[in-house]
Amino acid sequence: MAIEQLKECWQTKINTVTIGATAEQGGSRLHTVTVGGQTGLPFLSAEAEIPYKPQIAFEIWDILPLDWPEDLMRVYGGCLANPLEWAEKCVEDFNAGLLCIRLQGAHPENENRTPEQEAHFIQQLLRQIKVPIIILGCGDDEKDNAVLCACAEAAKGERCLIGSASSNNYKTLVASCIADGHNVIAQSPIDINIAKQLNILITDIGLSADRIVMDPTVGALGYGLEYAYSIMERARLAAFSGDKMMAMPFICMIGQEAWRSKEARASQQDFPTWGEATARGIIWEATTAVSFLQAGADILVMRHPQAIEKVRQYIELFNI
Amino acid sequence: MALSGLDIYKLLPKTNCKDCGFPTCLAFAMQIAKKAVTVDKCPHISPQVKQKLEEASLPPIKPVEITTADGSFIIGNETVLFRHEEKFRNPTAVGFILEDNLSYEQISSRIMQIEALRFERIGQQLTPNLIAIRQTKDRQEFVKTVKIISEKTKFALVLLSTDIDAVKEALGYLKGRRPIVWGIDEKNAAIFAPIIKEYQAILAVCGKDLDQLSKVTTMLQNQGVQDIVLDIGQAKPKERLWLLTQIRRLALKKSVRSLGYPTMVIVEQDDVYQQTLEAATYILKYGSIVLLKDSYPWQALALLTLRQNIYSDPQKPLQIEPKVYPIGAVNQDSPLLVTTNFSLTYYTVVGEVEASKVPSYVVSVDTEGMSVLTAWAAEKFTPEKISQSLVKFGVKDLVKHKTIIIPGYVAVMSGDLEEQSGWKVIVGPKEASGIPSFLKSWH
Repeated sequence: MAIEQLKECWQTKINTVTIGATAEQGGSRLHTVTVGGQTGLPFLSAEAEIPYKPQIAFEIWDILPLDWPEDLMRVYGGCLANPLEWAEKCVEDFNAGLLCIRLQGAHPENENRTPEQEAHFIQQLLRQIKVPIIILGCGDDEKDNAVLCACAEAAKGERCLIGSASSNNYKTLVASCIADGHNVIAQSPIDINIAKQLNILITDIGLSADRIVMDPTVGALGYGLEYAYSIMERARLAAFSGDKMMAMPFICMIGQEAWRSKEARASQQDFPTWGEATARGIIWEATTAVSFLQAGADILVMRHPQAIEKVRQYIELFNI
Repeated sequence: MALSGLDIYKLLPKTNCKDCGFPTCLAFAMQIAKKAVTVDKCPHISPQVKQKLEEASLPPIKPVEITTADGSFIIGNETVLFRHEEKFRNPTAVGFILEDNLSYEQISSRIMQIEALRFERIGQQLTPNLIAIRQTKDRQEFVKTVKIISEKTKFALVLLSTDIDAVKEALGYLKGRRPIVWGIDEKNAAIFAPIIKEYQAILAVCGKDLDQLSKVTTMLQNQGVQDIVLDIGQAKPKERLWLLTQIRRLALKKSVRSLGYPTMVIVEQDDVYQQTLEAATYILKYGSIVLLKDSYPWQALALLTLRQNIYSDPQKPLQIEPKVYPIGAVNQDSPLLVTTNFSLTYYTVVGEVEASKVPSYVVSVDTEGMSVLTAWAAEKFTPEKISQSLVKFGVKDLVKHKTIIIPGYVAVMSGDLEEQSGWKVIVGPKEASGIPSFLKSWH
């Protein structure tokens, strides 16, 4: 007797979010990036519509990165000190279709750059680079409110993805995303209830649901990866069963977490049984990335060009 | 899937004779469903019904015991599709493939290299589980290779060969070791079944789709072969993910017995990164055995760490006993660091303290397995709690100084903590990775 396959048919699909606007759409990007729209679990296209593939954004800093391991810094050569050159290298040499700019220089403990300085930098970047961008603040709430608003205004009409809004600090950022036509990242601390509540708060003040991307705050392989993994699976199942306030695409900060782990950083000399250090760093970031793809990630923010290349190939392999 | 009380009631005599000790057949049925009594308490039940009820109480995915030279482990017996629904039970067995065209020296060095893949993480030993031997040449070469490998390692073994004579000879040699014999399909199942039964080996059934697999397992079940694993063959990764998902779903949600077995995947992509990432996928999604072509240490470290993460119990964070731990050759002047009793936090801190080579005491406060920030937010890592722990563990008798180091993330509590404990508080780094330079400069 033939076995009948068991296919899940869900009621709700994930929202589609588009990042970037072309000239006709009021921006100056040469292409746009769309994520979401799926009606089922990752890569199971036998039972679900999966109109858009997951996207990878290269992480770029406005200042020389702090605390990136040397091995990782070396891959980019001498361009790290100049963020415009760095961005260009990602697009030209590594074929980046999406960039994630982290404005770490604005932090009071770093260079304490002013909102005007950062807005000017974003303007320059948008003039020189033609791919859609994600803009991240420095992590200091007060400073970010000033800096991100200035940057949102400077990038008006370019439909960037800007973050992060949190449940304690979302009004200022969301208001300027509404005013200047951007999407927002809603960040929650590995907590499904806070994630949902924040989505409700943000839509309540007037940003439409298809302009929100959720950041569930992931952990790296070996450092609590399984917590966010299960939160994301739960959120996805809730969304598919009809919870529209959970139906936002996910963004995961893979590089930031993976490159903090000892396994990605330690030399072979210090840990001879762990094997070759460069390959270990790459696989640490790539395995973290792939795990979250399997939990439903739509956008991955990553650092090592080779890890990115491997994850791109993986996405292709799981789509044919 | 288990039957409900009502399903069971329909199969009972419905006479309410009370011979079972319960007032009604329905009450008895409810107790059976709860597994509080067994069905043989009813003296009037037919053998057919009894068999049906017993079958329904079997686990939906059969647990299969894999034997090593000095022990055993279980694969299968999974009960959920998503780990948050309960937990994943029996960790994916990870193994590596060796071919029989290797020289004695090559085999020895590969085995030595694989044996060295042992990693300690958060108090657990992570190791691979299997070595698979593939026949590429004639029977003699294969059997010779099997012999060498079985003498050199205690790992559980998989025989990747469909040469019945070669397998028979190898099995004769491996008596008591119960290897997995791979490559059983529609054509050879009838020939292999009696030999497998004789040597009590485990059968890995191969099929390119669910129908083929189901047909062969049904055939084997009828011949009395119990220990089976399902190999979904060399399909594209996306197709394999689909098949593994279907097998798990059908076994759990539709009680398809012919697919209720552990699964096995062979991953042999030449690009070692893609090989690792594909293997990682099957650790996350429904692979009971994953065999890889290569065995680089960094590959194994990533995969075994992922397995440890995914197979941890979501309801119980790994905790360690709250107490004061001496790290290295401590004395009365050694620094004293305070952290939580969440395993991941504790072992990360200890790892860094060891790396600093500065002997120190680590005080693990009972935060019910929460990490620093979570515990602080949940008021499990407070000045009161820390002060109480210092007293309870008798820390003042261990050191001459009266200074403690707290995690940088909870710097805000230093004032309160100094007041309540009477100890001087120094704020340490936020991330454990900052501990070595902190300890070296502070000491």
